[in-house]
Amino acid sequence: MRETRHSGKPNLQISMNNLCLDMRGSRVLDQIDLTIDQPGVTMILGPNGAGKSLLLKCIHGLLSPTQGSIGFNGLNGNPKQAMVFQKPVLLRRSVMDNMRFADQDKQTQSELEQALDSVQLLEKREHPATQLSGGEQQRLALARALLTKPDLLLLDEPTASLDPASVLIIEKLIQQATRQHIKSIFISHDIGQARRLSADVIFLNRGLVIEYSDAAPFFFAPHSDEAKAFLSGEIVL
Amino acid sequence: MLIEAFSEAFRLILSADADLYEILWLSVQVSLTALLVSIVLGLPIGTTLAIANFPGKNVCITVINSLMGMPPVVVGLLVYLALSRSGPFGVFGLLYTPSAMVIAQVLLITPIIAALTCQVMDDLHKEYRDLFFSLSIPLNKAVAAYLWDARYSLITAVLAGFGRAISEVGAVMIVGGNIDHLTRVMTTAIALETSRGELSVALGLGIVLLALAISVNGLVTTVRSRARYYGCA
Repeated sequence: MRETRHSGKPNLQISMNNLCLDMRGSRVLDQIDLTIDQPGVTMILGPNGAGKSLLLKCIHGLLSPTQGSIGFNGLNGNPKQAMVFQKPVLLRRSVMDNMRFADQDKQTQSELEQALDSVQLLEKREHPATQLSGGEQQRLALARALLTKPDLLLLDEPTASLDPASVLIIEKLIQQATRQHIKSIFISHDIGQARRLSADVIFLNRGLVIEYSDAAPFFFAPHSDEAKAFLSGEIVL
Repeated sequence: MLIEAFSEAFRLILSADADLYEILWLSVQVSLTALLVSIVLGLPIGTTLAIANFPGKNVCITVINSLMGMPPVVVGLLVYLALSRSGPFGVFGLLYTPSAMVIAQVLLITPIIAALTCQVMDDLHKEYRDLFFSLSIPLNKAVAAYLWDARYSLITAVLAGFGRAISEVGAVMIVGGNIDHLTRVMTTAIALETSRGELSVALGLGIVLLALAISVNGLVTTVRSRARYYGCA
């Protein structure tokens, strides 16, 4: 088991053994066998329909695999997980009430305000959450997920179609989460963002893991033709 | 003749005619009681149908949706058979009492409230389900959140139920019997007075009923606009 560079705390290991998922009669994830044990951000890349979101949902427990299993090692018991969805889901109440709803640890008002301040939403704490802009909604969703103090943070294209300022805030928060030893698994279509954030990369296509490696070798010398084509901006089918 | 009838109707309303207000008060009492019972029954039924998974769920939803359009006279007939002396509940002696009218209205509007609640809750459940799983929200807290966040839509459903109850005539006529000073409500009184040619009384009651219907619709519109402001519509 690898150790983190910062704390000596054991890394969270996520093992997928022969993971298969069938939906509407077709196989959408096929015999995925890999162990994620790097600290930091694991980036899942791949074309649309590759099965990235389905894999994330399987890890989170939102979908049950048809075959195979997912195991977590390195922590005492199962890791505490939180997920940020591509389309932020917010309760139909104020920004602060959204935070309070997710707060299981009864944190103080100032702690909640601090969390909102970290995503620059403190001034909008009494606004109806569903009236926020797309970027603000996603920042709130991330702040709310981090409020639960997860061991594992799953992010399904959290910055898709967002303004650069919101992307920057979200990326900073994820880097900060990494420093606090929170393991993240991130789906993105933005290769620049993947280069900035990732420690390792899973490249998926048509439900198969085409490559899994550390970020640097993946970006500089990908092995598969699909990954090379994807990184050079070609359309991968 | 029509102008005379209208002026007489307004005179009855403005002079606080005792008979007219007695009928009005009984109508509101019966319909509000039926509404309260239907809320207590309809909200949990609708919420359970939307959130819980059990065999036959789709059949139950289809039945509830079908019951929304049940003809009032059929409900009246069924309640009549149940409450008549030879019926299973005849021993309680409820036939031709306001309680019988409440029972009939409960049977009419509970499916409306339950079906609309189910629809609202189902939409919200689809939206929130993954989030609640992700945040490990316990069921009781989730249900409370559904009810709170759907409050404006649920108020609309409840008001729709009230509108149906207050304007209903067939069922209350059969089980209430339209007995003067006992079970005469606005709708049955309008039917009776029209058949007797007493148009001024019928019109007076009709104006009040119309005013009530417009008020309920106004409330629905206000609730919807507030819901839109809070992003709840």
